[in-house]
Amino acid sequence: MSKVITVTSGKGGVGKTTTSAAFATGLAQRGHKTVVVDFDVGLRNLDLIMGCERRVVFDFINVINGDANLNQALIKDKRVDNLYIFPTSQTRDKDALRKDGVEKIMDELRDNFEYIVCDSPAGIEQGAMSALYHADAAIIVTNPEVSSVRDSDRILGMLASKSRRAELNQPPVEEFLLLTRYAPDRVARGEMLSITDVQEILSVPLLGVIPESETVLKASNTGQPVILDAESTAGRAYSDAVARFLGEQREMRFLTTERKGLLRSLFGKA
Amino acid sequence: MAILSFLFPKKSPSASVAKERLQIVLAHERAGRDVPEFLPRLQKEMLAVVGKYLELTEDMIKINLQRQGGTSILEINVELDKTKLAARHGAPEKPIGEKPAITSRPPKGA
Repeated sequence: MSKVITVTSGKGGVGKTTTSAAFATGLAQRGHKTVVVDFDVGLRNLDLIMGCERRVVFDFINVINGDANLNQALIKDKRVDNLYIFPTSQTRDKDALRKDGVEKIMDELRDNFEYIVCDSPAGIEQGAMSALYHADAAIIVTNPEVSSVRDSDRILGMLASKSRRAELNQPPVEEFLLLTRYAPDRVARGEMLSITDVQEILSVPLLGVIPESETVLKASNTGQPVILDAESTAGRAYSDAVARFLGEQREMRFLTTERKGLLRSLFGKA
Repeated sequence: MAILSFLFPKKSPSASVAKERLQIVLAHERAGRDVPEFLPRLQKEMLAVVGKYLELTEDMIKINLQRQGGTSILEINVELDKTKLAARHGAPEKPIGEKPAITSRPPKGA
């Protein structure tokens, strides 16, 4: 059984592509044959984050239009077995993702992969709706910040009404919340919404919390999915999230500040 | 411990203000989003059907769908113009024994 996991958020810049890259890599690391698909037509970026930008020959739109077949467009990752990247096109044609064309490709991907991770563009235009439509599971990437939480709520509403599962009266899309760019010290100071705050508002099961981390920028600079940096807090938090997605029980980590840890050790156990 | 609570005070306003604002705006947006697409059509058709028997304007029919937990309540409110309704019922030319206006179409322009 193959599963389509759509990484979405509504708002831009919250970490969808970073999450898609990390999550797909994590699934492949655990032996699942995985493809990560870029739905952001016109603003291709997954290739850069995955570090395969110079290996793109054919793209999503070429395959839709029949100019290339799927195998010609898929890029096999050189670091992790079982991992493939399906880049999108840089075309400016907004209507390039024809519904029947996308459907055919998704069916073909379902036949060939265990997990299909769809990197949704921001907004609620065709690309985002198309990625959302095919979802079996959705990872809602949210920053602890008002506009991101509001947009996530909007996207949750759309998953419930506009997805293929909703249209066909199938069981609803499984929803997971992934809180990114979380800064525990700011939460402790009351400057940032806490995990509980966001969860109370969105009422979606929490898949993970990715702490704000300098390594995310370093990873994108070098085209390495951040999950490959097993030293970094963000990388480990993504590994935990993948494990939880696959049904493992893992405690949430990195939710307290370094400073607090230091103080605790100085003042004894609180 | 005092130094701990000094360094990590209880929530200062901004995060809780954010939460409160979000809860209010989302409650409003969710209510609007849950309106099924057919409601405006239903309202039009209701207006046509009821309008066959009673004089109505669009703003006299109010349709509201409420969801509470597992149940939904579809509320259709038809507000009638009392004076016009009374006048029609009391019309002298109306044959005795005829059932309420539902069986006959009111004359055009009434």
